[in-house]
Amino acid sequence: MNARDVLDLAWLIPVLPLAGAALLFCFGRRLGEPAAGWVATGALAGAFALSVACLVALVGLEGPERSHLVRGHDWIGIGGFRSGVGFLVDPLSITWALLVTGVGSLIHLYAVGYMHGDARYGRFFATFNLFAAAMLVLVLADNFLLAFVGWEGVGLCSYLLIGHWSERPRAATAGVKAFVTNRVGDAGFLVAMFLIFGALGSLDYAVMREGAAQLPAETATAVALALFLACMGKSAQILLHLWLPDAMEGPTPVSALIHAATMVTAGVYLVCRAHPFFDRHAAAGDVVALVGALTALLAGTAALVQVDVKRVLAYSTISQLGYMFLAAGVGAYAAAVFFVVVHALYKAALFLGAGTVIHATGDTQDLRLMGGLRRYLPLTAAGFVASWLALVGVPPLSGFWAKDEVLAKALFAGEPLVFGIGLAAVFTTGLYLTREALLVFFGNERFRRPAGVPAPAHDPTVSPTVDYGTPPGPPPLDGDPHEPGPVMTLPVLVLGVGAVVGGLLNLPFRRLEVLTHWLEPAFEGVEEITAPSFAAAAAVSVVSVTVAALALALAWRLYRRGLPEVSVDPLDVRLGPLGRCFGHAWYYDEAVTAFVGGPARRAAERLDRAVDAGGIDRAVGAVAAGVVRAGAAMRALQSGFLRRYALGVLAGTVALLGYAILRAGAG
Amino acid sequence: MSDFPVLSALIAVPFLGAAATLWVPEQRAEAARAVGYLTTTLTLGLAGLLVWDFRAGVGGFQFVEEHRLSSTLGVSWIVGVDGYSVFLVAVTALLFLLGLVASETVTDRAKAYTFWFLLLEGTIIGVFCSLDLISFFVFWELMLVPMWFLIAGWGSAARRYAAMKFFLYTATGSAFLLAAILALGFLHRADVGELTFDLRALAAWDGPPPGTARWLFAGFMVAFAVKAPIWPLHTWLPDVHTEAPTAGSVILAGVIIKMGTYGILRFCFDLFPGAAVDAAPIMLTLAVVGILYGSVVAAMQRDAKRVIAYSSVAHMGFVVLGLFSLTVIGVGGATFTMLSHPLTTGSLFLVIGMLYERRHSRLIDDFGGVATVAPLLTGAFLVATFAGIGLPGLSGFVGEFLSLLGAFLAHRWWGVAATAGVILAAVSMLWMVRRMFGGPPRGPVASFTDLSWREAATVVPLLALSLFLGVHPRPVLQRIEPTAARTIERLTERTGRRPPAADRARAHHRPAAAGRVPAVGHGDRR
Repeated sequence: MNARDVLDLAWLIPVLPLAGAALLFCFGRRLGEPAAGWVATGALAGAFALSVACLVALVGLEGPERSHLVRGHDWIGIGGFRSGVGFLVDPLSITWALLVTGVGSLIHLYAVGYMHGDARYGRFFATFNLFAAAMLVLVLADNFLLAFVGWEGVGLCSYLLIGHWSERPRAATAGVKAFVTNRVGDAGFLVAMFLIFGALGSLDYAVMREGAAQLPAETATAVALALFLACMGKSAQILLHLWLPDAMEGPTPVSALIHAATMVTAGVYLVCRAHPFFDRHAAAGDVVALVGALTALLAGTAALVQVDVKRVLAYSTISQLGYMFLAAGVGAYAAAVFFVVVHALYKAALFLGAGTVIHATGDTQDLRLMGGLRRYLPLTAAGFVASWLALVGVPPLSGFWAKDEVLAKALFAGEPLVFGIGLAAVFTTGLYLTREALLVFFGNERFRRPAGVPAPAHDPTVSPTVDYGTPPGPPPLDGDPHEPGPVMTLPVLVLGVGAVVGGLLNLPFRRLEVLTHWLEPAFEGVEEITAPSFAAAAAVSVVSVTVAALALALAWRLYRRGLPEVSVDPLDVRLGPLGRCFGHAWYYDEAVTAFVGGPARRAAERLDRAVDAGGIDRAVGAVAAGVVRAGAAMRALQSGFLRRYALGVLAGTVALLGYAILRAGAG
Repeated sequence: MSDFPVLSALIAVPFLGAAATLWVPEQRAEAARAVGYLTTTLTLGLAGLLVWDFRAGVGGFQFVEEHRLSSTLGVSWIVGVDGYSVFLVAVTALLFLLGLVASETVTDRAKAYTFWFLLLEGTIIGVFCSLDLISFFVFWELMLVPMWFLIAGWGSAARRYAAMKFFLYTATGSAFLLAAILALGFLHRADVGELTFDLRALAAWDGPPPGTARWLFAGFMVAFAVKAPIWPLHTWLPDVHTEAPTAGSVILAGVIIKMGTYGILRFCFDLFPGAAVDAAPIMLTLAVVGILYGSVVAAMQRDAKRVIAYSSVAHMGFVVLGLFSLTVIGVGGATFTMLSHPLTTGSLFLVIGMLYERRHSRLIDDFGGVATVAPLLTGAFLVATFAGIGLPGLSGFVGEFLSLLGAFLAHRWWGVAATAGVILAAVSMLWMVRRMFGGPPRGPVASFTDLSWREAATVVPLLALSLFLGVHPRPVLQRIEPTAARTIERLTERTGRRPPAADRARAHHRPAAAGRVPAVGHGDRR
């Protein structure tokens, strides 16, 4: 088999998890636990093996040849519009495919243990596999329309999985919020496709690569901004970010895979894939970079004082996604992809670690009721700590290299404002995650219930999410927490190791920029951003590490001993009113909720009552009443006339038909 | 096979079936039902045969039968189908069979119910097949009678009011339609010298002078706009839906309202091309208003059936949008939506009917937590919901996407405004799903049973078909395309308008694949 024969099999990468999903939707309940979980994990692991094979095959080809199209059948075609099912295997798509299948398999494995005892075990894995399939369609598609299929597919699975525990009102509402917010972005995607088709006559990437450069600037910018609206929804950028914290209502493996490692990076993928629309037109790129930088900073501040272990990570994800767009916006696409890859490793490890902690402390998500867990969960703690240090940018862990490269590129691309905001965000990153790590694994033990205090009643319809501002409940445990089995510790450790060594993928030295060189064919024609001198690059590193170190030191000082008094958070106290503002995430969600539930709702109600029932119906009613009055009394019409009319029409028609049949027979 | 008058048979079988029920003794409900099943199954079989024999790549009418009934009156029996009507006939036949299965729960006067139900089927198929304007009108009017009796006889509390509203609305529209048809026929006779109501002859004629044509166009449009319904003539729909029995709602939303948009497509474009082009901006505006308004008002309803009724108003807005984009893409998308909407909305009404039988209420607030106790029922509703709000891979997306694309190509800003409708549609539908199916099971909901086999038999075929058309719309689009292309070409020739460049089919420039072409996925290699 030569390389192209292997690449021809790329269509199997999404089809394997799709088949797994189909199987599990039909027989998931019968397969039960844990078989359903293993089927799903196996299907995705198979897709991972295939992705690796495709990677090897691509590597075997010459640089510029590293692109392979697998064509399927036409999907929608009418008039001048044609679009098909086809897969494009190139360095960019296969990088994402490896990420989705690799990290995805580990998280599936983890879920086999995590979902133990769940009433809808089979359906969970069916949807989980369906998500993987949709995500793979999204990244492997060879045209925008098929990518949109994947794009909507992951949105659907996100909705279903957030609402997995649909008996919890919070979870059910959060799913709707996620889908609806994403729909705003999807409308942008649709408009972008209309614009592209109108301008180029096709939605194929190949046509875009040839044609985008010739487009007038305003068309290209319009396409870019419409696409970016889609990305803002899917990747939870500021203004459209408000669904992601609520998405934490889903089971923790869902948060890890969908709402941290893969789906939310789809927006970054889309910008990278559609880079010809962004490249030559500074306006669109500036918007992307600025929105990204602001997202990084504002979400970072919102993460500072959250008390829910998953909410901190959720705002952290939003903030980190901001960095990715910051990079993509300034044209440093390879740096963005690098950031996506390492972020997937350490953020997945953090979420899985958090999931283990939540299980171990009896479904508690309150940071204030944890502490000192490293003694009881040593393996999980190891993975979590490695990922924490990687994320805050401690050299030489993966996050350091990725963040450093993003900031350096922003500065050397001539965007000092964006660089400055990004640097400020580094400080928040160091602070919020160190706070979380210390509160969970170090300091005093706050989870033990004193003897005599009754266990809190467990209500399956109440979400364990803890909002900022709610007082801490009673301590949850009367015994020691326990480390789970290897099914759940192994993925955390593997991802933790990845978080440590992930930087090797792209060290910023000429010959060691493996990922950048690998991605070069995908970003053909993009101007390379280079540092003016080695000293300048080193200076950026020193500055960013110093900022991170300051934040680390501050958090260490505040939380070294945990929380001596459970209800007093030292950082929150020191921030004062600003802390409340951060805790409520700048009150944006509250404002939107108040608007939708208030003026918007009242306006809609008025439309229903005044216009529909009051206006139109009354006008029509008046006309009808006039007609009726002119003719006969209403009652007569109802009881007698109508039936007679009906019978008359009926009789006439039957006669006509009979005549027709007779004539037909005669003729 | 070619000599067999399949269309006449398709129309006649339900009428004969209805007649047959008259011989069934009053108390033998199961016998009346047996006649019903036999008739609808036979009709569906004939419709299947029709679709099977329908030739792709032909834009004109097929299976045409023509018999002159009266030269002096100019009335003929002309039936035929093209890419617009062939699938509507098929979907009608399917919905009537499934609707009868869903009507198993109707125990009151089953004989009369079956009689009116079959009569309704015959008239609707007649509407979709008639190419003579007079016989079209006869079927169009006749349809009201069984529908009125079904609503008034088997509906819920305010059924009399609803039936009357339905009747008054549509009958008023029909008066305009009849006047316009007669005027057109006589103007044609004055010009050409022969009285005929043959659509093909009238379409081939140059038509009345533009001023008159505009009035006649308006006459047709009023009738069709009421039926479709196009905003602001939609207010009968929510009332009628709420009061109609389940099968009535399925048929009403599924096929009866399609008669309106079908009429526009069949008559307005061919008979009055100039007026259609002139009216396009107005109609597009009404379509956009309908899309946005329908979804917003849907979100405010407390009755589940009303939510779906208003979302139907929005969906029909997408159809009208596609039609008046006057592009092949848009008209094709609109026709496809007319096919997909019966499947999705039909399923939604069926599930609402099932919920009603369990709870004896349609109020959203009387439910809550259905997902926990009846996962299959919930699954069916969710699939239908997502098919309706245009999730790719299900049938709703194809039509919606093409309608919007067509509108965007023709009138950019209308297309953009209508695209906002996809957001609002998700809001109204998913918010209802949240309230009815999410949360802890409330009160009587806790004892709900899940989908029964009989219930599954009604919705699963519709959802499976929706999935199939979403994944593999090509067989249908290929059969719609030539007819749509013919309509748009005629419009272009007759009015001299210039359609957007991207609408024209051209040699598709898809670059040569680097690799060979393997057989992917769904194995379609025809």
